[in-house]
Amino acid sequence: MTAFILRNIGQRIVLLLFISIISHAIVHLAPGEPSLVDPANPRMKPEDIARIRAAFHLDEPLHTQYLYWMRDLFSGDLRSFKDSQPVLRKIWERFLNSLALFLISSLITWCVAFPVGIQAALKRGSLYDRSGTVLAYSMISIPGFFLSYICIIFIVKTFNVPVIGMRTFGLEGADILFRSMDRVWHLTIPALMSAVAGVAVLSRYVRSQMLEVLDQDYIRTARAKGLSQDVVVYRHALRNALLPFITMFGLLIPGLIGGSVIFETIFAWPGMGRLGYEAILSRDFPVILTLNFISAVLVLIGTLISDILYAAADPRIKF
Amino acid sequence: MDRPATGEIENLEPRTSLLREHWTVFRRDKPALASLFFLVFLLAVAILGKALTEWIVVFDPRTVRLAEKFKPPLSEVSADVNHSADAPPFGVYLLGTDELGRDVFARMLEGTFVSLTVGFVAVGISVAVGILLGGLAGFYGRTRLLFLTVDTLIMRFVDIMLCFPTFFLILTVVALLPPNIYNIMIVIGLTSWMGTARFVRAEFLTLREQDFVAAARSQAIPEWRIIFLHMAPNAIAPVLVSATIGVATAILTESSLSFLGFGVQPPDATWGNILADGKNFIFDAPWLTFIPGFTILFVVLAFNLCGEGLRETFNPKLRRRR
Repeated sequence: MTAFILRNIGQRIVLLLFISIISHAIVHLAPGEPSLVDPANPRMKPEDIARIRAAFHLDEPLHTQYLYWMRDLFSGDLRSFKDSQPVLRKIWERFLNSLALFLISSLITWCVAFPVGIQAALKRGSLYDRSGTVLAYSMISIPGFFLSYICIIFIVKTFNVPVIGMRTFGLEGADILFRSMDRVWHLTIPALMSAVAGVAVLSRYVRSQMLEVLDQDYIRTARAKGLSQDVVVYRHALRNALLPFITMFGLLIPGLIGGSVIFETIFAWPGMGRLGYEAILSRDFPVILTLNFISAVLVLIGTLISDILYAAADPRIKF
Repeated sequence: MDRPATGEIENLEPRTSLLREHWTVFRRDKPALASLFFLVFLLAVAILGKALTEWIVVFDPRTVRLAEKFKPPLSEVSADVNHSADAPPFGVYLLGTDELGRDVFARMLEGTFVSLTVGFVAVGISVAVGILLGGLAGFYGRTRLLFLTVDTLIMRFVDIMLCFPTFFLILTVVALLPPNIYNIMIVIGLTSWMGTARFVRAEFLTLREQDFVAAARSQAIPEWRIIFLHMAPNAIAPVLVSATIGVATAILTESSLSFLGFGVQPPDATWGNILADGKNFIFDAPWLTFIPGFTILFVVLAFNLCGEGLRETFNPKLRRRR
């Protein structure tokens, strides 16, 4: 087991090295540079641009720039081009914001998808199952920002609560209860919106897994023994259907950055996706590269965890 | 089914061709069948729309009529402000007008063609790359280059590509490149081929050992012909499924990019950028949001249902159960 984990970690470190080289090359080879963001600014003289380029090592060859980036990243003094703030601290602040959103939305996804999927499998072919299927496909097919806009308008008009941003402006002096309710509103709606697609996909997956398991012989045996429906479904069937989902826990982690750009932009949520978006707009190479790097690390950690969990949960898997 | 006598086996032909058999299975899935018809209809609309908006002046989606902005759907043209040659067909704005007084119906027609082009070209690129790399990995899997096998090399590259946060990568590249429609198609295509490559490789691993490949090799047919003309058609089923769903994903990705301002740029209209522009006027002119929004919803839904139908058709396990 230890050897398996160590070998896996080794392979992933090699992958990570290649990922960092490729992403560095993509970002630096693409046209557009930080000094070109504001070409119309009359105060930017050629010597200023030259000074900026020298300060950011933009005149060095590509591999030297890569080494500078790696050195600064691991020694922790990588600084943003835009405001000279340490990149890691900037990302860490945003990471905490994203994490809250991500946890709530994963919680919603898993708590809703499982009951819905199991019920759909049990009542296969019924009206509930068929309308659930249609609804799930619609939720996958709708552009996320379109749905969010409809939802924002509905919430604001019906309940008269603002949901944009992390908190309502001007409520700092309010009662603690009032303030926490405000936070809950501001957190729930974005989390719900980013959970919608996940619920749709996951509930379909739960349904097909349950259907597969319910067809098995041991379920028939369990029923033949006269066990109650609940025992058959939740103790015999569900446990076996759960196996693939253990791996999905690990694969959730990368969702922290990738899927959040749109929703964080709609809801003005200061998270990592939005930080990445702002960094792209201002050609802030260190931030873009570091976000890419971190998200690759998250993906690799996620797949590692899912491999280990799978190996631990399924006795049929040998090393 | 009665079994033929052993002597007849030589000239026994399958009762139905494979294609016909697949069609019988596919036809039973009513939503998928309806989606297929809808998509064929949409394709006709797209081509017709391209022709109309290109050559007939009343359908020109770029005609600006500032006096007529924010007209709700089905409102009449006010004759006194408009030159009759400029007026939309039948003198009615079928789907209303936008903030510049452009006919939304004409814009949606143009957008149909552009959006579908983005979807199909992006998927075409991703399928081409996927079949090429997956085929090479599957066929030459055991060949060694230096100290790595071809299979390791290509599949590790797939793993690397899977580690990038796709949307973030697309956004980075599209934002750094000059904004034009070809870049968007190419970037979406080049970031979505990994699934196809994996499917094709898996199929090739089993096909490689089969007799028809050995027969083809024995006739000294060049290897690229064996890969692309003999083996690839046999590995096409999972590719077709993922390509159908891929078109849906590409259309959604384009609309998300448009939302962030990096999508297809005006004056080209796509459903995505009509929706992204329309959302600024959601209170004054809700039709500017809802028309493209629901169009995207229905079209993407049709592609998804069609893809699922194909998946069931090609899945022998599911076929038996039905």
